[in-house]
Amino acid sequence: MNAPIFDPAPALYRPALDHLDWLEAEAIYILREVAGQCSNPALLFSGGKDSIVLLRLAEKAFRPGRFPFPLLHIDTGHNYPEVIDFRDARACELNERLIVRSVESSMARGTVRLKSADESRNRHQSVTLLEAIEEFGFDACIGGARRDEEKARAKERIFSFRDEFGGWDPKNQRPELWDLFNARVHKGENIRAFPISNWTELDVWQYIEREGLALPPIYFAHLRPVIRRGGLLQPVTELTPAHDGDMVEQLRVRFRTVGDSTCTAPVESDADTVGKIIAETATTTITERGATRLDDQASDAAMEQRKKEGYF
Amino acid sequence: MSAIESIPGFSGPTDNGLLRFLTCGSVDDGKSTLIGRLLYDTKAILADTLHAIATTSQRRGMEAVDLSLLTDGLQAEREQGITIDVAYRYFSTGRRKYIIADAPGHEQYTRNMVTAASTANLAIILIDARKGVLTQTRRHSYLAHLLGIPHLVVAVNKMDLVGYDRAIFERIRDEYLGFARQLGIGDVRFIPLSALNGDMLVDRGANLGWYEGPTLIEVLESAPVAHSENDERFRFPVQYVCRPQRAGDPLLHDYRGFMGRVESGSISVGDEVVVLPSERRSRIKGIQIGGRSLTHAVAEQSVTLLLEDEIDISRGDMIVRSGEEESALVTRRFEAMLCWLADSPLDLNRKYLIRQTTREARGLLDGIAYRLDINSLQQLPVGGIGMNDIARVAFKLAQPLVIDRYAENRATGAFIVIDESTNNTVGAGMIL
Repeated sequence: MNAPIFDPAPALYRPALDHLDWLEAEAIYILREVAGQCSNPALLFSGGKDSIVLLRLAEKAFRPGRFPFPLLHIDTGHNYPEVIDFRDARACELNERLIVRSVESSMARGTVRLKSADESRNRHQSVTLLEAIEEFGFDACIGGARRDEEKARAKERIFSFRDEFGGWDPKNQRPELWDLFNARVHKGENIRAFPISNWTELDVWQYIEREGLALPPIYFAHLRPVIRRGGLLQPVTELTPAHDGDMVEQLRVRFRTVGDSTCTAPVESDADTVGKIIAETATTTITERGATRLDDQASDAAMEQRKKEGYF
Repeated sequence: MSAIESIPGFSGPTDNGLLRFLTCGSVDDGKSTLIGRLLYDTKAILADTLHAIATTSQRRGMEAVDLSLLTDGLQAEREQGITIDVAYRYFSTGRRKYIIADAPGHEQYTRNMVTAASTANLAIILIDARKGVLTQTRRHSYLAHLLGIPHLVVAVNKMDLVGYDRAIFERIRDEYLGFARQLGIGDVRFIPLSALNGDMLVDRGANLGWYEGPTLIEVLESAPVAHSENDERFRFPVQYVCRPQRAGDPLLHDYRGFMGRVESGSISVGDEVVVLPSERRSRIKGIQIGGRSLTHAVAEQSVTLLLEDEIDISRGDMIVRSGEEESALVTRRFEAMLCWLADSPLDLNRKYLIRQTTREARGLLDGIAYRLDINSLQQLPVGGIGMNDIARVAFKLAQPLVIDRYAENRATGAFIVIDESTNNTVGAGMIL
């Protein structure tokens, strides 16, 4: 009675699309749904690898037309200069509109108050993002978040509903069935759309390789002064200088994720090509956030808490 | 060498696509342990995650690492010790990528299981070997069947707790088969396993020597992905129309690209097509993706279609193959199995928005045939339709939709119901 149900000959079920083709097609579909359903969306572009992938997907979705949305970056003012240069060059090359809003402006307005001068500005991006959403009247923001990044993201919808305070209520999310996405909102409410929800870190690197995408140089192995802190490498920069007693080492490192320089740590690596990074990613033993995010170490529920406050 | 590499015939870098599957069962069936074990044995769990759950296991006084903690999600769920929402997990064997939709099994979470099942091509139904086929087993199987999942795998778990007894496995299998036939479930296979010890998931283990069938991972590796089995009719709902009209570029002046995803079937340059509901005809002049030209496009590919003739097409229109237009029904009324997802019950007098493919129409309930008791599968007289209810209904529509029967086409036979006052998705249905 336990006769084979699935034909064992794999040739018969040879899928027409390989896994990257499938993920790409799904992401293009999601981007076009945002364009078709929302009246004033924006795409969040930081110059990081996930948003670089988003831009390529947007090209595939909308060329030869212009993107039906501007690019938006919320700048903490603490980003690595190579990444900011890359961001500007890429937007210019694509001939698309780039809007930059900075946490420093929110600080000047008094809507962001730091507890201390050296507090990380990363979580305060939420305030500046919400201000930009209000300023431009965006009804949707497209972002490069992935469900494999963190526990709180595993249950995130592809079209995630945010109330007028930008808050994410995990108990009040819309059921998401088939590919029938519901982006309808009332004025002031907002959708966050995540076209690469179903991608893993490895998928992202494989896609970067397949598409030959350029990245900011700090993603590749380079020499950098760092201090070992609590199992992570803290880069020595103007913003994060060495203190007395710190042991500064020159190590060959690369960044797996780039964000605010006060909370993003590099990993030791010799991988100076995308191919070598893929090989390292496929055999790595530490998750992307675990290795690189100083802010998620705070508590097991750190990300969930930040998302409830409107964090991207 | 990982266990995956040691499976015969699984060597080589061939990319065998992406399979979406669903796991149904309750905490007690060891579902979280099964998923944790799959992720762990396929090396999808990294050291820091493992360290975190090892610490938690220790703190809770457990001797071994509790793999079920891997699928623990949100703070509220951790506090209650249950899963209340669908979570998506990922792993890859190097040959194939997997997306697991992990749905809670309890009756009050029918809507979550329906959600998880909507995108799956295979379902793993968990049965506790000590308990056998339960009411919830029937419920899970019925919902998987209702949502059109073509392949079911019944995982008879906790075989370690029944002494790996073959007779117990066979008794459960026979009972399940009787019930599956009643429902009309075709494709089902059975695997005895112990998620706790890892027997018959990725490794065969040493305890189930009498079982000669494939391990769970072997079944997953060889299961057909969506759209790979039957010849299907071409369906292309238009998502977005691209008209660049860039001044100074005469090549783009007349460019009109119809963007969308091939939901089923395939199309080639030169094929004659019909646009529904307008019934205008044309021929495929070009197929593009990001400016690159293709001669042919297949199901699940997102492309841009260019037509020979200038005809008026907008979002929500459906492009089908000429000669097959009769197979797609353009209608202002349909019957469906409806699953209600919202706290507030269905209001018989209100108009709702029906979204199907990329099209929307206002709809009003035009009759309820019966409500289904998803435990007994009895048809009940209609009292009203509330959260988690499943009912056979009819809708009449203010604007026509282009539909197929769900049993024939999951993409064009599915719809959601939106409450315009809240904009929430309140129902989901399958057209009969």
